[in-house]
Amino acid sequence: MRIYDAGKIFTGLAIFIVLICAPFWLSGGKSSSPPEIKIETPAIQKLSERRCIEATAYMKARHMELLDTWRQAVVREGESVYVGSDGKKYRMSLSSTCLHCHSNKDQFCDRCHHFEGVEPACWSCHVVPGELKG
Amino acid sequence: MKSTRRTFLKVAGVSLLGIGAKPLLDALAGGEETKIIQAPEALKAKRWAMVVDMSKFKSDADLKRVIASCHRAHNVPDIGDPKKEVKWIWTEMYEHTFPGQHHAYTPETIKNRLFLVLCNHCDNPPCVRVCPTKATFRRDDGIVVMDMHRCIGCRFCMVACPFGARSFNWKDPRPFIREINPDFPTRTKGVVEKCNFCEERLARGLLPACVEASDGALIFGDLEDPKSEVGKILSSHYTLRRKNELGTKPCVFYII
Amino acid sequence: MLEKGLSGSKWYWGWMGLLVAIMAIGLTSYFRETEVALSNDVPWGILIGQYVFFVGVAASAVMVLLPYYLHNYKAFGRMTIFGELLAVVAVMMTGLFILADMGQPKRFFNLFFHPSPSSVLFWTSSALTIYMLLNILIGWTVLGAEHKTVPPPAWIKPFIYISIPWAFSIHTTTAFVFAGLAGKPLWLTALMAARFLASAFASGPALLIILCLIIKRLARFDVGREALQTLAKIVTYAMIASVFFFGLELFTAFYSQIPTHMFPFRYLFFGYEGYGKLALVMWASYLLAVLALNLLIIPRTRQMEDTLMVGCVATFISILLEKGFGLVVGGFVPNPFEKVTEYWPTLSEMLINVGIWALGALLLTFLYKIAVGVKVEVE
Repeated sequence: MRIYDAGKIFTGLAIFIVLICAPFWLSGGKSSSPPEIKIETPAIQKLSERRCIEATAYMKARHMELLDTWRQAVVREGESVYVGSDGKKYRMSLSSTCLHCHSNKDQFCDRCHHFEGVEPACWSCHVVPGELKG
Repeated sequence: MKSTRRTFLKVAGVSLLGIGAKPLLDALAGGEETKIIQAPEALKAKRWAMVVDMSKFKSDADLKRVIASCHRAHNVPDIGDPKKEVKWIWTEMYEHTFPGQHHAYTPETIKNRLFLVLCNHCDNPPCVRVCPTKATFRRDDGIVVMDMHRCIGCRFCMVACPFGARSFNWKDPRPFIREINPDFPTRTKGVVEKCNFCEERLARGLLPACVEASDGALIFGDLEDPKSEVGKILSSHYTLRRKNELGTKPCVFYII
Repeated sequence: MLEKGLSGSKWYWGWMGLLVAIMAIGLTSYFRETEVALSNDVPWGILIGQYVFFVGVAASAVMVLLPYYLHNYKAFGRMTIFGELLAVVAVMMTGLFILADMGQPKRFFNLFFHPSPSSVLFWTSSALTIYMLLNILIGWTVLGAEHKTVPPPAWIKPFIYISIPWAFSIHTTTAFVFAGLAGKPLWLTALMAARFLASAFASGPALLIILCLIIKRLARFDVGREALQTLAKIVTYAMIASVFFFGLELFTAFYSQIPTHMFPFRYLFFGYEGYGKLALVMWASYLLAVLALNLLIIPRTRQMEDTLMVGCVATFISILLEKGFGLVVGGFVPNPFEKVTEYWPTLSEMLINVGIWALGALLLTFLYKIAVGVKVEVE
């Protein structure tokens, strides 16, 4: 069995392997630590019951799903109230409800998002508390 | 064991059922009993409309106050360049508000007056008809809404609107908003915006910002409710609609 | 077959290199997001104008395909592939013009996730996409068959037959984007689609004649005298129709004396109260049309290739200016408040525009090189 252009092939293969392993050798073999998010905010400390709209596990996994449902309801159906699984009523608003408690976006939302490489487009329009000047 | 095609299909079928069982059970499990409802205090109507009683506007300051209340509540940017400015409600001279109506013999008092103009929330809106993604759509209660999430910025609605009621965000609006109202989103570059009849306020039981600031000069209500103030005014006064002949059925009526 | 496009003289690579450089400048201009001259009163400008014009060029392939496939006009045999490839490239350019003009291009797929059949834009984008796919399929299959010196497979025939009325439909839907708008009197005319088709069938084949004459000189491949002459006659009659239709518009506007109908024409050609940016463009278009008609109608000048070339260039540029710029921008004057806001593209808009032209030229050169390569080899 003859391999034609063996030199070119093996060189190319070597370059490919080096490039595809780049994430490993570029980070020096270390893994980055999971993000440390800070839950405590003045609004959350004032809460009588330390509970989000839904359970933590649900929110961690499905908060974007929830926001999409809210978006559909508020913008396209004209509805404004969400009745949670605890029976409580909440105004469906990212800025006024979610961020009312989680007012520390950069220490809460952003930490996980940066770690996961997620860039939600929401913030270009939805106002973050503290960003009151144009 | 001799594996025939039939055996293979039987095994494959059962495996598929097995794999499909979990997601199916998960979905049926339901879990949360959540629902979405309208706020009980929300204002409801069959067909929202507005009467602009120009006779009740005494000065330019009145007009400015009304415009400012809307633009403040909705984070409307002040771009500065008249070609690219964003406006939800503004003023025009009589001949520009009713271009088909004015003539050389219009009285000076009317000719030189500024009129308040805004989106007419038409009953037969050409902007809704042309939107390729239904980012702008007409609600059952008559309000023509903008969905900023879906808008692709093609600007067909701006071309179709015979009233020039729509503005495009040619640049990022944030630097041009003097004081951001945290209760309402801003927009981003590349989407169209216009008056939304304060549907977010109506959903919380409040009248539109301009109506509240107008001191009775703007009357807002249900066109199909004969007992509403709007219904009463329209049946007792002569009112004009802009470009009536085009058949868009505007729901903003003017008392000159 | 593709390898034929990847080998060429230093002139070929020099030309391609130049086009890539122009494309790079256009792309840089687009991403630098500099000022556009568009405004709320004139939300559509040169990019949409060019989209309209090049849909016409894409549709014009039918002027070659129809006689050849429906009426067995064998003389067009050596020219059909060039028409089909021109159509493919033209449709790609229209897609780019639209994409470059959109405010939120990343949301482009919303057009497919949330289709809106009441919107003409939905129909026109669907029709254009299918037309492009049709022409790619037809062009590649027919060229491939020729490369293998066999007749094209029978299954391609239905696609060819569909593409013929489809060509009419793409430009009609483009016209419908403009012709159904109550607030725009310049465009609210039943004649819009007819004008679009007539000007398309003049400008598109004119470009095809120019390209075939260039191929004859550079690649020594001749589509045939009869093919060029017949196509030239098609250009002539289409141009006559196009200019005639424009005259019809002028009659309706000025005999009825309705101000909203007369105003746009007055503004376009004579300006209004100091606003007159488009007058030079419109008069250039008119004069080029007169020149083109003279050269094309008189048999002597139509039959001589040099004057035919001039006549076709004049036709192409005349319609490019009128349809690809004047018509779209003129529709916005006056604005809904009967005030005038003018538009003249900024440098960055022009650079994006020229960049897309360069991309089209690049693609066309590549595809034509392959086609000529196949045909020369086969003969």
